Amino acid sequence: MKTYTRPMAGWWKRNPYYLWYMLREASCLFLTAYALMLLWGLYRLQQGKIQYEQWRESLASPLSLAFHAIALALVLYHSWTWFKIMPKTLPRIPLPDWLVVTGGVSAVIVCSALVLVLT
Amino acid sequence: MNTITIECLRYHPESDAEPRFQSWPVPFTDDMSVLQGLQYIKDHLDGSLTFRWSCRMAICGSCGFVLNGVPKLGCETFLRDYYPGTLRVEPLSHFPIVRDLAIDQSDFLKKLESVKPYLINPDVPKKGTFIQTPGQMDEYYQYSKCINCLLCYAACPQYGLNSAFTGPAALALLHRYNADSRDAGKAERMPVVNAEDGVWGCTLVGYCSEVCPKGVDPARAVNQNKIESTKDYFFRFFRK
Repeated sequence: MKTYTRPMAGWWKRNPYYLWYMLREASCLFLTAYALMLLWGLYRLQQGKIQYEQWRESLASPLSLAFHAIALALVLYHSWTWFKIMPKTLPRIPLPDWLVVTGGVSAVIVCSALVLVLT
Repeated sequence: MNTITIECLRYHPESDAEPRFQSWPVPFTDDMSVLQGLQYIKDHLDGSLTFRWSCRMAICGSCGFVLNGVPKLGCETFLRDYYPGTLRVEPLSHFPIVRDLAIDQSDFLKKLESVKPYLINPDVPKKGTFIQTPGQMDEYYQYSKCINCLLCYAACPQYGLNSAFTGPAALALLHRYNADSRDAGKAERMPVVNAEDGVWGCTLVGYCSEVCPKGVDPARAVNQNKIESTKDYFFRFFRK
C-alpha cells in the first residue's frame, strides 16, 4: 500500500504548545550558563579579594544585566512548568493536583523571600 | 445560513506524489459539526473526499482530524467556532496517510496488542465476580475511558520523531490494566514499560493529555510508569 508520511521538519513551530515546550527545554541552556558563571565567581574568590571584586564589577556590565534578566525570566518560567507537571510525575498521593501545584509554587516564593531577607 | 470555507488536505496515492490542499464553500447551521461539514462536501461537492467516521457522538474514535493545527474529533467540534475564518482539516499528524484524511493506524494496533490490554488473572473467583472497592476502581477508571481515537499520537512530537515509541494511548491502556486490582499481568507488561521506546521515550511535552476528548491523562500514566520502571529496575536485585 502506497502511503505518504509528512516530514517533521519545523514541527515545534506548528503549535504554540510546542513552542512553550521548547522554551521550557531550552531554558536549561541559560540556567547552565548561569551556574557556570557562579562557579567562575567561586574560582575568582579563592584567587583573592581583588580578583573577586573584578568578577563582581564584570557582572555590572549592560550585557551581563541583560543576561541576568533573561536567565531570571527563564528560571521563573521553568519553575512554573516544573510544578505544573509535578502531579503527573509524583507517585499517587491523596492530594488534589491544584494543592500540589500551589504548594510547590508557594514553597518557592517563601524560600526565595527567606533568602532575600537573610542575605 | 452562513457559508464557511473548508480546506482539506488531499492525497490520492495513484495520482499524487505528495499531498495538496483543496477548498470548498460549505453552507452550515449553528448545530453542524465539522464531520457534518465534511459529509456535506462528500454528498454535494466532491464525492471522492475520503475520511473515516461512524458514531457521530465521540464514542467510536474514528473521526479524529487536525483542525487548524489542533487534534480534535470532527463529530464534537462545531463549524460555528471557526466562522468567519477558514477551517483547515488535515489527517492526524505523524501517521502515514492512506488517502485524503484517512491514516494508516496499523502501527498503533500492533502497539495496542503488545500491551496486552485485557485482564490477565488465572485466579478467577470460583463463585460470583471479582470484588473491587471504589478506591481500587478509581486507580484505573479514567484510563479505561480511552476510545483509541489517536488524537494523543497526533499531539505527540516524540512519536512523530520516532515511531518506535510505544506512545500515549497504548501506555495509558497498559497502565489501565496494571493499576486494576483484578489484574495479575503486570510482570508480562513491564518489558514494554521498561524498553527504550517504552515510557522512557516520553519527554513530557504533555500535549497528549490536553487534546484527549475523553478526559484521559496519558502523560500521567506514562510518567507514573517511569516510577514503576525505576522500581522494577532496582527491585530485580531482591528478586530470585
